Amino acid sequence: MKQAEIVVVGAGPAGLSAAAAAAQAGAQVLVIDENAEPGGQLFKQIHKFFGASEHRAGQRGVDIGHELLEEVEGLGVDVVLDASVWGIYDGSTVAVASQEYSWRVKADRIVLATGATENGLSFRGWTLPGVMGAGCAQTMMNVHRVLPGQRVVMVGSGNVGLIVAYQLLQAGAEVVAVVDALPRVGGYPVHAAKIARAGVPIYTSYSVKEADGDECVEKVTIWRVDDRWQGVPGSEIELDADTVTLAVGLSPMAELAWVAGCRFLHIPELGGHVPVHSAYMETTVPGIYVAGDVSGVEEASCAMEEGRLAGLWAASAAGRLSVAAAVAAAAPHEASLARLRSGPFGAAARGGKLAMDGRRDEAWGQTLTRGGA
Amino acid sequence: MSILEDGYFTLEEVLALPGCPSPEAMRGRRVAVVECGHELPCNPCETACKAGALTVGTPITNVPKIDAACCDGCGICMVDCPGLAIFILDLTRDDGRAELWLPHEFLPLPEMGEAVLLCDRAGSVVGEGQVTKVRQAKRFDRTAVVQVLVPEELAMTARAIALRR
Amino acid sequence: MNERRIEIHPILGLRPERRHVTIHFGDRPLPAYEGEPIAAALLAAGVRVFRKTSKRGEPRQLFCGIGRCTDCVMIVDDLPGVRTCVTPVRDGMRVEEQDGRGRWERERGGGEP
Ligand SMILES: Cc1cc2nc3c(=O)[nH]c(=O)nc-3n(C[C@H](O)[C@H](O)[C@H](O)COP(=O)(O)OP(=O)(O)OC[C@H]3O[C@@H](n4cnc5c(N)ncnc54)[C@H](O)[C@@H]3O)c2cc1C
Ligand code: FES
Repeated sequence: MKQAEIVVVGAGPAGLSAAAAAAQAGAQVLVIDENAEPGGQLFKQIHKFFGASEHRAGQRGVDIGHELLEEVEGLGVDVVLDASVWGIYDGSTVAVASQEYSWRVKADRIVLATGATENGLSFRGWTLPGVMGAGCAQTMMNVHRVLPGQRVVMVGSGNVGLIVAYQLLQAGAEVVAVVDALPRVGGYPVHAAKIARAGVPIYTSYSVKEADGDECVEKVTIWRVDDRWQGVPGSEIELDADTVTLAVGLSPMAELAWVAGCRFLHIPELGGHVPVHSAYMETTVPGIYVAGDVSGVEEASCAMEEGRLAGLWAASAAGRLSVAAAVAAAAPHEASLARLRSGPFGAAARGGKLAMDGRRDEAWGQTLTRGGA
Repeated sequence: MSILEDGYFTLEEVLALPGCPSPEAMRGRRVAVVECGHELPCNPCETACKAGALTVGTPITNVPKIDAACCDGCGICMVDCPGLAIFILDLTRDDGRAELWLPHEFLPLPEMGEAVLLCDRAGSVVGEGQVTKVRQAKRFDRTAVVQVLVPEELAMTARAIALRR
Repeated sequence: MNERRIEIHPILGLRPERRHVTIHFGDRPLPAYEGEPIAAALLAAGVRVFRKTSKRGEPRQLFCGIGRCTDCVMIVDDLPGVRTCVTPVRDGMRVEEQDGRGRWERERGGGEP
């Protein structure tokens, strides 16, 4: 069996940052990703990032991605691509499937950085070709350089919805409308302002009633929703559109943590079921760490900081770094995370992580129903 | 109606922002108008401003505040703002027109001298302007700066251009 | 090549030049670029139905685009259930609309495996 001091599952912003931090501390790191290219969702994020200047704010995600890759390569981290991790057992054996063969690796410490998956939304016609995740549209246009559609209705006005709507305009599509069932724009108002002045109407308190078409979307009907989320008959607006993109939230992709026997809590602010973890990013299974969206859905900047923390603490636990040195090295990343989660727009993540701390005992009290040890 | 419902500021809301210079401070000068008002964890504009005219401070969610007397309208904050929420207003002309600098990330770019449509914050066409300059620089990191002459009365209304082509 | 291909982009610049290859969608030859996923080539060609569901025969295309949901599976070189959003094209590749769970080539001649 292969051997590695630290195995990182996922080469997105969180996983690569974890690998860099651990390797910098002197650990031998193996990163495994099922994609053909590293970077996770980072290379499709072509907008300038928000945050503090000293933490790369103002830089575009795609460029941060290139820097991160260079850093990881420079540190001699081993990155294996086209390889899916399908199981973890005994808290330390990682089972991997590559195209032609299956292999295992024994790890002293494991960092799970598998990201999140986009949520669906059911309305009549939501399975028609032309209805897709906003991230799917983002991948098609910014990575593969193909327009997912010509006339798009964006559902959801959180940051992903607003950012992807803007990127659809940049790629040459028409955004017919952005709709959100909530009475307010969910994402940063400055993102909304960019698409509004480009002529995109934003309908708050509206939802999709149905998407129609023979074999694909040809027409989309939206309607107003009342304060009990019910559609208001008579308020329908018909839109000529060939595509509906859903930006209605992400859920942590935490299957591997389930299989490994980690305890979970359901915390809606973090995207649903999340593996319980400490400030050191360690789960309830000793030696297994989480970082990024899998530990609670946030944004790429947060994923990178959490990755650094997980990498540092995993390396420290593996004996590569004294606790004092790890505390010192972690401090700037903790400060940066606190800044990113500050203010009204950070309230969900802030509250979610706090709720997790508060409900730790509850998690331990549960009987494990799946995978458990 | 407000930016939180419709996605854009009304003129009244903009005028009340700490990042918007007073009408007196704008008169006869070139200054930045910072249309950011929602406690975002973000401060590149403050770092960008070498004149010390923009302050975010601590906490980082403070709404940026402008000291218009210090602002020389250089426009660096405009290209560093990840929200593309900063505009430069030049009211130094005496021909009834103002020059507006817009951050612009769409193709095709307008050409120098081209007549373009002016759109307000809601994207409605409100008039016509003439492009005086289109600047691209490595420092701008692929955000182009489009300078456009607009009727003075539209200086605080027009916030985007649309090509006639 | 066509209006769905983003040849020039304000942030990403020109589309990187890649070798042209041809894939076959049913009996239709489609142009593609080496290295791109099958789904991208199909989208660019305007193909909207990738498969039909087994019970109701409803059309499906793409949902996640990153290999997580299996909405986009098709029969590729006789192998059913291939996620076209993460499988790169190859010159001469044969891609077919999948009916239900599809069938393996070796099943086609005879009965159940
Ligand atoms: C499609 C999409 C688009 C997004 N766009 C934006 C945006 O524009 N702006 C924004 O702020 N946020 C966006 N987000 C939120 C986004 O999740 C974060 O910005 C950030 O990318 C999270 O980083 P991460 O490293 O946790 O996960 P990811 O970046 O998703 O990386 C996870 C990696 O793990 C790999 N992986 C997963 N499971 C396995 C396994 N079993 N075996 C091997 N490898 C595995 C994946 O292939 C992937 O490369 C988007 C999310 C998605 C899903
Ligand atoms: S679209 Fe989800 S797996 Fe391909």
